[in-house]
Amino acid sequence: MTYKMKIMTLSSAVSVMALAAAAQDQVSLTVVSWGGAYTESQQRAYHDPYMAANPNVTIINDDGSANALAGLRAQSQAGNVTWDLVDMLPSDAQLACDEGIILQIDHDEMLAPAPDGTPASEDFLPGSLGECFVPSIVYSTVLTARPGAFDGEQPDSIADLFDLENFPGKRALQDRPGTNLEWALYADGVAPEDIYDVLVTPEGVDRAFAKLDTIKDEIIFWSEGAQAPQLLADGEVAFATGYNGRMFNAIEVEDMDAAIIWDGQIVEWDGWVIPADGDNVDAVLEYMHYATDTQRLADQAKFISYGPARESSAALVGEHADLGIDMAPHMPTAPANYKSPIVLNNDFWADYGDELRERFANWMLQ
Amino acid sequence: MAVSDASDNDVAIGNETDSKGRLVTSDGTPLRRALQRANRRRKLTALGLVTPLLAFIMIFFAYPIVQMMWRSVDNPAVVDALPRTLDALEDWDGEALPGEDVYRALYEDMIADDKLERRDQKMGPLAVRLNYEISAARGAIVRTSRKVDEFEPPYKEAFLDAHRLWDDISLWRIIKREGRPLTAAYYVAALDREYNADGEIVLRDDNRRIYVALFGRTFGLSLAITLMTFALGFPIAYYLSILPMRKANLLMIAVLLPFWTSLLVRTSAWIVLLQGQGVINDTLVGLGLISDDARLSMIYNQTGTIIAMTHILLPFMVLPLYSVMKTIPVSYTRAAKNLGATPGPRSAACIFRRRCRG
Repeated sequence: MTYKMKIMTLSSAVSVMALAAAAQDQVSLTVVSWGGAYTESQQRAYHDPYMAANPNVTIINDDGSANALAGLRAQSQAGNVTWDLVDMLPSDAQLACDEGIILQIDHDEMLAPAPDGTPASEDFLPGSLGECFVPSIVYSTVLTARPGAFDGEQPDSIADLFDLENFPGKRALQDRPGTNLEWALYADGVAPEDIYDVLVTPEGVDRAFAKLDTIKDEIIFWSEGAQAPQLLADGEVAFATGYNGRMFNAIEVEDMDAAIIWDGQIVEWDGWVIPADGDNVDAVLEYMHYATDTQRLADQAKFISYGPARESSAALVGEHADLGIDMAPHMPTAPANYKSPIVLNNDFWADYGDELRERFANWMLQ
Repeated sequence: MAVSDASDNDVAIGNETDSKGRLVTSDGTPLRRALQRANRRRKLTALGLVTPLLAFIMIFFAYPIVQMMWRSVDNPAVVDALPRTLDALEDWDGEALPGEDVYRALYEDMIADDKLERRDQKMGPLAVRLNYEISAARGAIVRTSRKVDEFEPPYKEAFLDAHRLWDDISLWRIIKREGRPLTAAYYVAALDREYNADGEIVLRDDNRRIYVALFGRTFGLSLAITLMTFALGFPIAYYLSILPMRKANLLMIAVLLPFWTSLLVRTSAWIVLLQGQGVINDTLVGLGLISDDARLSMIYNQTGTIIAMTHILLPFMVLPLYSVMKTIPVSYTRAAKNLGATPGPRSAACIFRRRCRG
């Protein structure tokens, strides 16, 4: 009798537990990002702690950010949205937002305030929040050179990228017009703040391409962020342009022999958008609230040298999680690095990107 | 007697006829109908068996293609967003900027759009669509539609103040031209052509032509890679087909091995081999065949593409060739040899002709 009762109690306990588990639905979130060291930093700063605190949430990484806009459009048109959260650039985010395929963000409603109570809309760096876009980092595209490629004098400016006489060798540039056209004009003597005024004119575009022509034969194009440091490490190229975080990772963590040239660094935001019509919008909003709070943004800087997009996070940036080196001097926004930055103009690229991408593709073909 | 015997025989083999003299089966149905019924049943069974596959092909192959073809001409953006403006543009001759009535219609379209739910708004898709045709159209539409509720008549002036493109006659020509539910603009662009001011299709500026050259390059590379795989694959397939089974299987594994290796691994392997500081260049420099500063560039260019693609696609050439050659009896080749064919022409003529059939 007692034995039977035991069994009954046990089985009812088990079924109660099963019910409780079912009540807290399992959610699987597909987070699209840039892969490599960057996704790794998000994994450690955001995904892992969030999954530890919310056992019912599983986060799956998808390295699709290089084609985020095309992917969002295709999924929206097909009526089959499989991405839950997408890491993308603000220019593309603005286009997606205009097309209505990503959610509008009510910043103060959906994002965490700073620890001192400052609302999110005032805590994020000025101009960084978009209608549909929540920035997480400030990153920059920088020129990096391999000292072993040159005898004696080392390059220290963007002009040196275009100086084949003193600094011969292959150059790895990204296969898109953004950054390359800006640098061509900068190297041709245009001041950083005037670059877009020049680039808006047909003569300015011709001038930029003419400058790029001078190094055309020495260019290897890269498309994925991880390729640039790889080309440097393999000794394939003398210069490579690349994302500063990747370069930091290759130089400091993987001991690559290379030096970042901060002159003319092209500064931009990067952050999250939420596809409209996704299946897990509530769960994603909850996750994003967590992943963009002050502490989490500061945490990410422990794993990769991108600056947090919140003012309140700056003070919390400490040492690298594995290396123990101070991260502040490696931030693009550190005063020593921020002497001649070019701030990427997203409005310009949203308006003129279609045409310039065609022209750039044509130029690459020749 | 003989007559009745014959009729008995008829019954025994079922050769009865009805009143009209048609052949019938033993249960009285006309033979032709019975046959038809049996045939129909067989056809239905066959159809039933292929239906799942047919449905699969229709849904996952034919339907997406039709949909893609449809999208290539579908052009709802302007029609949906600017119905009043298009009405007002009906009589516009395209010679000078349109008049106040058109700008007022545009104002009304934008105000109407502003009142819709965000996801139903049409100005975003319109901005993206027009930006394909003329740079900065996106900015003109998005920025104007944000402040359109503050506009006061005369609207023409208000629009001209809001963005320089509203003063540009080519934008209005594009709106009128693309104000139709179907468009050929994507095909025109895909052939490196564009519309000029008179609406004629002309070649684009030299520095914006991409697609024709890319098509050419794609076909050229495909041809080169097909020839390479054929040159390498034909002898392998031939050798495989005449070897005894055990040796052939061993070789077959070697052919199939790349299939089972991740694409990433194969690609990385080629990078290791072909790059400037790679194995091949190092060996050549070490042997003194080339100097250190004249290393061959064999990757990140066409050479690399051809080498790696030939490697990846080789099994796709070897396997079909092998499957056909395997069916050519060895006796044929022996016969050819008997008749005096030398090894060269024999394999070329005999096998190639048979292989074409495959």
